[in-house]
Amino acid sequence: MDFGTVAATWLGAFFTLCILSFLYKDNPFFRFAESVFAGVSMGYYIGNTFGQTFVPNLVHPLFTPPAGTPREWILVIPLLLGFLLYTRYIKKVAWVSRFSLAIYVGYYTGVNMMQKLQGEVLPQSADTILSFWRAGTFTNVGEWISLLVVVVGVLSVLVYFFFSAEHKGAIGGVSRLGIWFLMVSFGAAFGYTIMGRISILIGRVIFLINQWLGIGNGGVA
Amino acid sequence: MRKHPFPEVSVAAVLLLLAPGYALAQASEEITWGLRMENFAALILFVVFSGVVMTFIRLARGGRDLYIRRIAGLNAVEEAIGRATELGKKVLYVPGIMSIDEVQTLASLAVLKHVAKHTAQYGTPLEVPNKDPLTYAAARETVKEAYLEAGRPDLFNEEVVNYVTYDQFAYTAAVSGKMVREKPAANFLVGSFYAESLLLAEAGQSTGAIQIAGTAEVAQLPFFVTTCDYTLIGEELYAASAYLSREPVMLGSIKGQDIVKFILLCWIVLGILIFTFIGNTAMRDWLLPH
Repeated sequence: MDFGTVAATWLGAFFTLCILSFLYKDNPFFRFAESVFAGVSMGYYIGNTFGQTFVPNLVHPLFTPPAGTPREWILVIPLLLGFLLYTRYIKKVAWVSRFSLAIYVGYYTGVNMMQKLQGEVLPQSADTILSFWRAGTFTNVGEWISLLVVVVGVLSVLVYFFFSAEHKGAIGGVSRLGIWFLMVSFGAAFGYTIMGRISILIGRVIFLINQWLGIGNGGVA
Repeated sequence: MRKHPFPEVSVAAVLLLLAPGYALAQASEEITWGLRMENFAALILFVVFSGVVMTFIRLARGGRDLYIRRIAGLNAVEEAIGRATELGKKVLYVPGIMSIDEVQTLASLAVLKHVAKHTAQYGTPLEVPNKDPLTYAAARETVKEAYLEAGRPDLFNEEVVNYVTYDQFAYTAAVSGKMVREKPAANFLVGSFYAESLLLAEAGQSTGAIQIAGTAEVAQLPFFVTTCDYTLIGEELYAASAYLSREPVMLGSIKGQDIVKFILLCWIVLGILIFTFIGNTAMRDWLLPH
């Protein structure tokens, strides 16, 4: 096994144990791992953003386009908007940096609006329009109850999220039913996600046992 | 000639009347009108929804008092800041991990402004650690403005809003460590969260801090509901930012969205009745791309 693999495994195991030590209480090992993790990740993302985003998407097409390819002058606009962000450091013109943020927010608001409408609101509304009566007869009771849960659930949760009316009387009753539906779905989601988290923990323990300690897998320790 | 006070209402009403007609006509013949008809429903609803929302924004700007019900979690905001003030401890505000292209982050910044105004008024220390660089820039502007509006610009310094790292879990480790070491009296976890939600909320809960959370990420809500004192569920986050800021644009949006929800609710009920008793799926099909 080469030195790099051995070192990476030992470092991985060391930092895993440092982070897990937080379960006992805050300690110098956790603080060390936390600082290294934050620092290394910051450096990694700066390098990654520069190499994977800034250079191929801006520098190459605008300043060093491949032979026979025209310069993409349109990229001057995002470049300027990027520079404008740094005007915040010059007190007199700091307000100019807000232009970039405003354009960014405005663009994504527009894009998200249609995406949410087409991808979520309309399909979900359409899927709630169900028939309780098929071919002149009731379908089986289980399916009928399932349809009822979907329809009543969606409608009562929608009522819960009405903010224009006080939750009193009939609206209050329906919204309380809505919050029950929400809580039951949260419970189910909680259990489902916890199962996923446990599998992550198992993965980490398997790394320590197999790769680091070499139990059952001829690791590096 | 007298200008119509709300032209958006007229446009929205006409389109709303046209929609069912189109749904029925579509069953018999293909209508193109030179448009990509597969997304016609989205186009009509976009115009209708925008019209309704713009109308209410206009009403709010015109000084109309738009009622929005009080949201339970909001009562706790001042209580939490008050507790931090009494204990002489800081308030920690985590604005989520996403950028400002995410609506939840924008809503979170509105809540942050409210929190920052109060901390400035009471002279309570505030800290806002960030993961996203643009959110960091926007959060700094927000807090700076809040301190200025509260008449305490002297209390603002660059350290109040700081940047940690772009890595999700490195950020989580750093903020969790901060919670445990510095023991803030109140933690606000408001914005868009993912796998780090439970880690942060659990760390904060172990320190005994009052925790107020708010997110529209459905998968993360169970964690906040179980580990925080108050949780703004889904759209309550947006309503909360409107309620706190009392900005006409936000208030009008929330009111307009309520009308949109009511239209959708009626559409669904009507669709179910027609589908069940007549067997016609036009109202359902119309909502989907063709």
